[in-house]
Amino acid sequence: MSSDIEIVVEDPTAPETDSPAVASTGTVDVVVSLLLLALAGVLGYDNWRTGMSWDESGPQAGYFPFYLCVILGAASLYGIFAARRNRAAAAETFVTRAQLRRVLQVFVPTLLFCVMMQFLGLYVASFLLTAGFMWLVGRIALWKSLLTAFIFTAAMFVTFDIAFDVIMPKGPLEAAFGY
Amino acid sequence: MEAFGLLLHGFTVLLTGKTLLLMMVGLVLGIFVGVLPGLGGPNGVAILLPLTFTMDPTSAIVMLSCIYWGALFGGAITSILFNIPGEAWSVATTFDGYPMAQQGRAAEALTAAFTSSFIGSLCAVLLITFLAPMISSFALRFGPPEFFAVYLLTFCSFVGLGREAKHKTIISMALGLLLTGIGMDTISGQLRMTFGSTDLLRGINFLVAVIGLFGISEILLTMEERLALRGHAAGISLRVILKVWMDLPKYWVTLLRSSFIGCWLGITPGGAIAASFMGYNLAKRFAKDQDSFGKGRIEGVFAPETAAHASGTAALLPMLALGIPGSGTAAILLGGLMVWGLNPGPLLFVEHKDFVWGLIASMYLGNVVGLVLVLTTVPIFASVLRVPFAAIAPMIVVSCAIGAYAIQNAMFDIWLMLLFGVVGYVFKKIGIPLAPFTLALVLGNRAEDAFRQAMIGSGGDLGVFWSNGLVGFITTLALALLFWPLIDKAFGRIGQMLRPAKA
Repeated sequence: MSSDIEIVVEDPTAPETDSPAVASTGTVDVVVSLLLLALAGVLGYDNWRTGMSWDESGPQAGYFPFYLCVILGAASLYGIFAARRNRAAAAETFVTRAQLRRVLQVFVPTLLFCVMMQFLGLYVASFLLTAGFMWLVGRIALWKSLLTAFIFTAAMFVTFDIAFDVIMPKGPLEAAFGY
Repeated sequence: MEAFGLLLHGFTVLLTGKTLLLMMVGLVLGIFVGVLPGLGGPNGVAILLPLTFTMDPTSAIVMLSCIYWGALFGGAITSILFNIPGEAWSVATTFDGYPMAQQGRAAEALTAAFTSSFIGSLCAVLLITFLAPMISSFALRFGPPEFFAVYLLTFCSFVGLGREAKHKTIISMALGLLLTGIGMDTISGQLRMTFGSTDLLRGINFLVAVIGLFGISEILLTMEERLALRGHAAGISLRVILKVWMDLPKYWVTLLRSSFIGCWLGITPGGAIAASFMGYNLAKRFAKDQDSFGKGRIEGVFAPETAAHASGTAALLPMLALGIPGSGTAAILLGGLMVWGLNPGPLLFVEHKDFVWGLIASMYLGNVVGLVLVLTTVPIFASVLRVPFAAIAPMIVVSCAIGAYAIQNAMFDIWLMLLFGVVGYVFKKIGIPLAPFTLALVLGNRAEDAFRQAMIGSGGDLGVFWSNGLVGFITTLALALLFWPLIDKAFGRIGQMLRPAKA
């Protein structure tokens, strides 16, 4: 067929398959269960203070959340024991070092983007994130990265701020243009 | 045939230039979302939701549901051409779809997938057209106790019938319900779990949580994988389409069976994933030569695709009729309804006829237009995969941020989104299911309100949940489903005792 096209996509920065594990699923499971248990404790105490008993018109404001905390706490406790008992599943890799590096490669820029958004406005931050990520992490040519980021950010600005009236946080650059 | 007249009215609502344009935009965006790695139905709908905030509800739901149909269609493209299931429910499609593509029959497999998707959805939409008005008019008689019983039934069936570890489903659901409790208590006006923070006063917005849980976490998960792929994208010629369609009648049993399974599992919270595997396995079990499955048999594409789409569509039935979503995506659409100022539930059919029937009509039209669109444009969409993920990831992050911020214009929501992103990532990796969490977040407040209103009505007597046959039946059924694994085991043991010789 004439319209047959081959599509090949390479991934030069793919995580190596033989990378050592950073944590096992079992460990993370237990840590998460402990965190949930703590959360259940804190929220439970707050609801107990609000009032968790049953008066003549039915349950008080804290009644439902309090017992949900009890359920959450109990299920988390059970989770700790279940994770310790099922050793085969617990020994599985949660994340390898190479995978974690890649995840942080996207998480840290996202975090920076959120911080920048407060000072520079969403659109400038979005331009910096897109261009920077494509250039530094994706190893795409600088001019391509800058151009793509500019077109994307401009398209977002036109779509949301002008066409759909969805107002985003803005910074000094937008102010200079009178928006 | 009241439904038929109303449906025609729905089509007239729909057939305006603007709505049709939105529909096309929705479908194209949806197919993009379905094809791209790291995005799928629920994520796509969640991220694109803010686009619709300033639209009228009918246009908004038409566009969003079209994104959903598009995503369902798009998932099949990557599973068949590249052996990459874009969604969990496309996994079964790869079993026979990818071998077919390798044998040079990609066009045939794609046509089969799209056509069967269309048939599956159509069956489910027909069901919705005739069943949803009946259920909703029945549900109009529901009071708070009945509604609470139905909510309870939904929660319990997730715990009892879900395939994940029970305690993990319970953790996920309890956490979701707890988070909905944060903020001002609607009945007593007291503050709960705010710890003096003014940001928590507003409560945790469902959509912010969903954007984080599905959008951000999915990017983190995708980054972990090797994103290289290799495959051929072939155009589909009219000759191939006709050839596949001529063969369709031969497979009517498979199509019908899969549609039925899909509709059933879509209404109950079994979901499209279970439906596609069940459709595939049953087709295989009933086939004469079972060995040919997995080697590129067209039936192996028909069966799971029909079931997955029937289920994905049928999940909207309980959402429309009762205000209870049957799937994650339906839950997000439900969240959208509330943003547009509509109150989901049986009253929707009475108060917002235009909206409901416009939506149902758009299901018919969206699927027809979608079918034509995917059949003609497969190579274009397949080449979207050439765009490197490094360019897509930051764009998704920005879209998520816009979505999360736009809901309440609060910077706090951006941080919440990020937090939920990490939570979603960790939960997915340790096997805590996100569907019950989403469901609890969207239904939590209404379940609690229904319960407390019922209590005020009955003066604090729990007997109100067994006060008449209907509510008693639903409550009992809910409890039975909650303990279903135990009941099932007990029955099994009794069965064993009755016929010991057979073992």
